[in-house]
Amino acid sequence: MALITFTKRGIYCKQGDFYVDPWWPVDYAVTTHGHSDHVRFGNKYYLCHTLTKPIIKRRISEDLNVETLNYGESIVRNGVNISFFPAGHIIGSAQVRLEYKGEVCVISGDYKIEDDGISDVFEPVKCHSFVSESTFGLPVYKWQKQDVVFNNIKNWVNDNVHQQKTSVLIAYSLGKAQRLIKNLAGDVPIYVHNSIANLNEVIIKAGVNLPETIRITPETTKDQLQKGIVIVPPAMRDSRWIKTLSHPVTGICSGWMQVRAHRRWQSADAGFALSDHADWPGLMEAITATGAEKVYVTHGFTAAFSRFLNDSGIESSEVTTKFGQEDDEENKVDLEDIQNQNSEIKNQKAE
Amino acid sequence: MKRFAQLIQQLELSNKTNDKIAALVNYFNQADNKDKVWVIALFTGKKPKRPIKSALLKYWAIEITETPEWLFSESYSNVGDLSETIALLLPPAENTSDYQLHKWIEDLHDLEGKDDETKKAFILNAWNTLENQERFIFNKLISGNFRIGVSNKMLVNALAKQSSLDSAQIMHSIMGKWDPYEITFTELINGIHVNTDNSWPYPFCLAYALENEPSTLGDIKEWQAEWKWDGIRGQIVKRNGELFIWSRGEELVTEQFPELHFLIDVLPDGVVLDGEILAVQDKNVLSFSTLQQRLNRKTINKKQLEDAPIGFFVYDILEYETNDFREQPLSERRKILEQVIGNLDESPVVLSPVVNCNSWEELAELRQTSRSINSEGIMLKKLSSHYHSGRKRGDWWKWKVNPYTVDAVMIYAQKGSGRRANFFTDYTFAVRDGENLVTIAKAYSGLTDKEIKEVNSFVTKNAIEKFGPVRTVKPELVFEIAFEGIAESKRHKAGLALRFPRILRWRKDKKADEINTLEDLRQLLASTFIND
Repeated sequence: MALITFTKRGIYCKQGDFYVDPWWPVDYAVTTHGHSDHVRFGNKYYLCHTLTKPIIKRRISEDLNVETLNYGESIVRNGVNISFFPAGHIIGSAQVRLEYKGEVCVISGDYKIEDDGISDVFEPVKCHSFVSESTFGLPVYKWQKQDVVFNNIKNWVNDNVHQQKTSVLIAYSLGKAQRLIKNLAGDVPIYVHNSIANLNEVIIKAGVNLPETIRITPETTKDQLQKGIVIVPPAMRDSRWIKTLSHPVTGICSGWMQVRAHRRWQSADAGFALSDHADWPGLMEAITATGAEKVYVTHGFTAAFSRFLNDSGIESSEVTTKFGQEDDEENKVDLEDIQNQNSEIKNQKAE
Repeated sequence: MKRFAQLIQQLELSNKTNDKIAALVNYFNQADNKDKVWVIALFTGKKPKRPIKSALLKYWAIEITETPEWLFSESYSNVGDLSETIALLLPPAENTSDYQLHKWIEDLHDLEGKDDETKKAFILNAWNTLENQERFIFNKLISGNFRIGVSNKMLVNALAKQSSLDSAQIMHSIMGKWDPYEITFTELINGIHVNTDNSWPYPFCLAYALENEPSTLGDIKEWQAEWKWDGIRGQIVKRNGELFIWSRGEELVTEQFPELHFLIDVLPDGVVLDGEILAVQDKNVLSFSTLQQRLNRKTINKKQLEDAPIGFFVYDILEYETNDFREQPLSERRKILEQVIGNLDESPVVLSPVVNCNSWEELAELRQTSRSINSEGIMLKKLSSHYHSGRKRGDWWKWKVNPYTVDAVMIYAQKGSGRRANFFTDYTFAVRDGENLVTIAKAYSGLTDKEIKEVNSFVTKNAIEKFGPVRTVKPELVFEIAFEGIAESKRHKAGLALRFPRILRWRKDKKADEINTLEDLRQLLASTFIND
């Protein structure tokens, strides 16, 4: 019998009686990482990586019952051995390895191969079956080394500063924001939106070494922001607040920016192809390294990617999940935070 | 090539016209003169010689990347552009080169007549020499258009700024007939070629849609009101015994309209007329669907000439006795025009009438009758206005009648192409016919990006069936569809077809059982048919 089945509630391990990243409430939810399409409210117990715990408590609720594991550690549940390995997607993201009577299955959640300088680097794990995302599962998606992309971003920022423009980078508050902060930190001060600052606090408290940033408050002047880098979550993109800045220019950092059509679609001033998901060669490399006999392909270009694997001699099937739905998480935000901050700014201005 | 690639990148890095013009000026200050000629050619839609079929490019890319053909197609449908798909699929180039844009174009030109092996070797070497962005441009030279948000006007403004020449003159020059392989940059922007060319038309003067009440335009006595005709805007040029008919798409269409060829004997030399090509019978304008039978045909038979006779309603005169008259006020131009056209009584060339009115209210009432004479509404032109190049706010306004509308439900959705490649943006709409729904129109424009995302999410969740790229969806979303006309059609199941349908708005307040019926449309068809 297979170690996992795909049910209405999510990926289920019958032998161990638990779910991985379920989308409906269950008793025991093994959690790959803190993005909201992978971890939801209402489960009785959560098992996640040590660094994910404060994140989901901050994002979902302080009252969650959360058990944790470090990478390489394991626990046994109803005879199924559960262990975590780095997925390289965001801080605390884990591949979940399940072992039962010699049968090994790895659920990778979201992952990328490249070292982003802030998440633990993806580690291939040998297994019989492997669950893989396919967000960028087409061969046109091949990332440049992140140093190249960050150099482009830095040049863009420097040009903007000289031309009296304000550089506004759009990045989702968990993951991309911290990656930008870590790699752009230097001479130009980084100003972050409340929702990002709040998460940063949690992450720093958990022991992650994150460069210093400045929280944007109503006292922050336009002039300060013009000379710095402003990072805000996607929901702020079309906000009035951005329009009040001094000559704002927006830059989007996302894998979709690889393609001109998407860049135009987003109607941002600049697009930088920087993703926390594996590119095509990355997906192929990861899957080959697992030695898996069977690959389940979830969210993304599932049909094309799965067909390619089958044609290449790796048995594969498409699985419908609620991961990465419509809006990829590069669009996800803490709406509440934004509303709070917006009303805060309004109130202060009224005073 | 590197400098041109940089220009393209800069043009894409901003949505703002001023930034784009600055990037263009910068480019024209720095680039090689021969390259500049080609950039102007490419941005105005002139294509270099293309000795290689794009199918071959695709085939070679598939071969060297070992990509299965179906996967190439999947990638292409996601990227939405062949040149870009190939550029992205190829492995990183191993070499670099400072070879200039015009040199690449000349080399491509020299490939003409060579065998496929030579061509292939050239292309593979180029791919292995060019960076991603350059490669994309290179592929575009062979197989595509440069549609990158640079309008002719923007280009001309940049050239005027860089050269300190008059922008109207430059517009003239680049709109004329010239060969980018032969002409120099200085010759081009100084318009050496245009004076010797009999055919060249002037840039059309275009109007903005009137958004406010016409009373905000001041005294009606300062304005000339005309009917706005729904045909093909055109210019008729008669110089040195030759006649040319240009359409607004800067296309020479002389051969398509033999009914107008008699003008060669009637018009004096050195005359350019602006007007509308229409289907005309006994000096009355027929519907656009009649005109349509005559468009884009290589040959015309007798029946078509009889069924859809062509005429020309003249609006304006731009050149008279070989003099450029565009700086004259409209009132003066009109006088001359009446002299020139006045004696063409029995012909299908008609002086487009002025609508005489003493008040805006009176005009507003007349406007409501537009449809009965197959007009789209009223044009308002200031009597003192010059004939501008392109669109300029203030002097000319179009005041169209409201379009026809119908409430219809969405039943199919399909992913778009280009920038909309990943969203369901092309929708098919139906009205009710008894118990059934019958398709009446396909439309893909009119929603905001936000609404498209919302509809996209509905389609993803409510897809019933999948036919290739098409999804059948639950008939639930109601849209108000605007259209300009209605005609009988044997090709459509509904027995009728809408002209220029587009989404006016999303009727979130309406349910699918509140939409229009096919009978409603049949009645509308019957009422417009009489007017023909």
